[in-house]
Amino acid sequence: MAGGVSRRIFLKSLGTSAVTAAALGADTVSQGLAQANAERAQGPGAVAVAFTVNGEKRTLMVEPRVTLLEALRGNLGLTGAKEACDRATCGACTVLLNDTPVYACSMLAIEAQGAAITTIEGLARDGKLTALQQAMVEQDGLQCGFCSPGMVMVLTALLRKNPHPTEAEVRRAIAGNLCRCGSYPRIVAATLAASGQKPVTQLNVISLHDHALA
Amino acid sequence: MPWPKETKFLGKETPRVEGPAKVSGRAKYTGDVAPAGVLYGAIFRSKWPAARVKSVNLAKARIAPGIKAAILARDGEFDVRYYGDEIAALAGTSKQAVLDALALIEVSAEPRAFVVKEVDALKTDAPTVVAGRANLTEGAAKETGDVEAAFAASAAVVETRVSTPIQVHHPMETHGHTVQWDGEELSAWSSTQGVFACRDSFAKSLNVAQNRVRVRCEHMGGGFGSKFTPGAEGVLCARLARAAGAPVKLMLTRFEEGLAVGNRPSSFQKLKLGADADGKLTAFEIYSFGTPGHTAGANTGGGSGGASFPAPYLYKPAATRVKQGSVAVNAGQSCAFRAPGHPVASVGMEAVLDDLAVKLGMDPVEIRVKNDPFDVRRREYAIGAEQFGWKQKYRKPGTMAGAVKTGVGCAGAAWMSGGKGTQAEIQVNADGTVEVRVGTQDLGTGSRTVVQVVAAEMLGLGLDRLTVRIGDSRLPPSGSSGGSQTTAAVSPAVFDACENVVAELKKLSGIEDPRGENWQAACAKIGNLPLQVRGKWREGLSTGGAGGVQFAEVEVDTETGFVKVKKLLVVQDCGLVVNKLTCESQINGGVIMGLGYALYEQRVMDARTGFVLNPTLENYKLPGAADMPEIEILLIDMPERGVIGVGEPCTVPTAAAIANAVANAIGVRVPDLPLTPDRVLAALGQVPKGTADTVRRPGAWVDGRASVAAAPVAPWVERNGGGQAYR
Ligand code: FES
Ligand code: FES
Repeated sequence: MAGGVSRRIFLKSLGTSAVTAAALGADTVSQGLAQANAERAQGPGAVAVAFTVNGEKRTLMVEPRVTLLEALRGNLGLTGAKEACDRATCGACTVLLNDTPVYACSMLAIEAQGAAITTIEGLARDGKLTALQQAMVEQDGLQCGFCSPGMVMVLTALLRKNPHPTEAEVRRAIAGNLCRCGSYPRIVAATLAASGQKPVTQLNVISLHDHALA
Repeated sequence: MPWPKETKFLGKETPRVEGPAKVSGRAKYTGDVAPAGVLYGAIFRSKWPAARVKSVNLAKARIAPGIKAAILARDGEFDVRYYGDEIAALAGTSKQAVLDALALIEVSAEPRAFVVKEVDALKTDAPTVVAGRANLTEGAAKETGDVEAAFAASAAVVETRVSTPIQVHHPMETHGHTVQWDGEELSAWSSTQGVFACRDSFAKSLNVAQNRVRVRCEHMGGGFGSKFTPGAEGVLCARLARAAGAPVKLMLTRFEEGLAVGNRPSSFQKLKLGADADGKLTAFEIYSFGTPGHTAGANTGGGSGGASFPAPYLYKPAATRVKQGSVAVNAGQSCAFRAPGHPVASVGMEAVLDDLAVKLGMDPVEIRVKNDPFDVRRREYAIGAEQFGWKQKYRKPGTMAGAVKTGVGCAGAAWMSGGKGTQAEIQVNADGTVEVRVGTQDLGTGSRTVVQVVAAEMLGLGLDRLTVRIGDSRLPPSGSSGGSQTTAAVSPAVFDACENVVAELKKLSGIEDPRGENWQAACAKIGNLPLQVRGKWREGLSTGGAGGVQFAEVEVDTETGFVKVKKLLVVQDCGLVVNKLTCESQINGGVIMGLGYALYEQRVMDARTGFVLNPTLENYKLPGAADMPEIEILLIDMPERGVIGVGEPCTVPTAAAIANAVANAIGVRVPDLPLTPDRVLAALGQVPKGTADTVRRPGAWVDGRASVAAAPVAPWVERNGGGQAYR
């Protein structure tokens, strides 16, 4: 990760997410602090930040306090990642940072300096959905769809690491993603289907007239 | 019913039309819409639970860098009645600019005494939430038959008390709008459950003609009853846009969502139920109150406005006495929430019914089948019990050995559903493609796909020939999506339009049946201008009156108090199934929401500060993937009844079934929802009385020794007449 991280930001990152600390490349807290102390504070005005988004190099001027999610949605017009809690509880804002899913709402844009970011817009190539996306559609792994971009990102990361996850592993992967519509059973089914496994949910339609007990 | 018997799409599994857009981030929700020059809007809210606001000074905020508009929510002096009440609003060039400027707003106010807990608000010396009005509004007791005599003649009588929490909607997409003015014309992108209702509400609030307001909602991230109107945030957004002369986007934060945009009212219920020796219900009595927020008594008819609910819900004992009240507290107002009143009613009634069954030594399914007046539901109990393995699983309450005990429970639901009044328009092009237009909206229920499925079926076309346009008040009118009425309102209109299209095409082309394989040839005769045909809702294709029963199996750890739901079986009638796939998803969703209501969800107020302690999702617990039980759904297909909506009935009985299963497992009733570990332990006598969870419980409810006179609810109890004191 390129330099230019202020002490204030570093401290904030320690408080917000371990992922962020890892992204800073700090092996230990003291190492990180020493590094942060040695660096020049940034802001409060806009500063330059450069990263790759969906394979394209992007350079922006943002205030240091602007989150990665705000930068993606506002500055870059990539509105696929959603803001639903803005405090690392729902996962709707999930993007991949160097292939690791992160909550974009809880990371500053300048912390992503130099990183390779993949957003939901970057998955489908030439309009062709990935196997997971296709399964999400076919298995109805969504209702309102507001949680879907985050779910798809985190599950994409899962399937890249573990192409044949068990149901328990799928559930664990989305433990940090909330869906108020209650699409979890179908999201799990879609993920298993995308990895060539049989979905587990069951729906029976029975005719009242034919049923022996009716 | 004129619906076809042999079908290609109807009743099959059709993936949502907008699925690909939603899973690839292309779908544009309200907060994703960004007209050129759009400003960021935000609301300045009361930090006092109660205060008289004398003046608000926006001068410093108005000239802050980047700020383009600063407006007052209300003029002159006014009262704020809850922490989060709207005071002012700002719009600026960036979120950061607005956040900085919000801190510059100066308010001079006289804080007032406040009360945020239902039982505290009943006390004679409680601060009044609305000046000059008693906090408690009570309906008159409604009586049928001779209640005392019926109880006296009953073979068994039980009394039960339960309470249910304030549940907050928390759709993943917060409330919000993007508004743009063009002269006197207003264009709004709204996260709404009713584009037409929203249009009319904007028009009225802003004094604009209805024909100059356009509301669009292409995609929306859930509402669950909380998004029928533009809300204070919509009106403020539109006013900001007018003041700034630029479009403004105002999406609420999750925090605001927890304070100010609705909830399900709480309830404290004391129920009494009697039956004869055969288990036939004879007498029923309920006293209840709850809070709908800072304005109580707005609606006491059972439903969204007040804290009352249907009682004795599904059952029909001959003698009944029902007395319900609503009490105002200094907290955000309630509004419609998925099946308003019904889950609340179900939790109380199904609990007392189970307790009665225990006393009579009857099986819970048996007592329900004996007393449920709806034949569909009685049959659903039979089908469900068999599928669930009820006979094998049911044990006498609390008889299981070991620290971890399993239990089973069941409950039923009723919902009126129905729906009408929709119009539809179909445009057929010479190339054979079709555009179906309906001014409804898709909350995530799959209504867009319903339109597509019905049209494809009736015109005999492949799905790829059809585009569907919804979510715009310039399209043919359709009502709000509430009451589980959308599918039943929309399908017949599309059906009717399709029939009219076929008739027109037949006339125009001379082809006897222009559907299916003749379609292309018929359309070739259309000529230069497309064929446009209308249709409207008509009788005989859809209906109301959904039933539904659910069975729950739980595991309770009596050492930790932890409840794990292992299985939920849903038996739901929904008439003619339009789309199995989306229907199942909706039922999953209802059940999971009910599970949250049973085990996790509650708004917690702080009596000292008057704040909502958990307006965020890390403290307000929504069910997550790890909490999912096995959910099995049996859809009861009754095509002869036509289309019936299921979005609400499926969420009604879940919590009651789970609470009954917990009581069955441990042998005592945990009276207060959600069934958190501390409450389970308290019910088991595992923690000293008075130390467990005093968040919502008044002493009189918890401690049998508290005398009525000394109890905080005494005034309320006394007014209800002698003999019905709270223990
Ligand atoms: S919006 Fe980032 S986790 Fe919820
Ligand atoms: S589909 Fe609506 S929040 Fe998940």
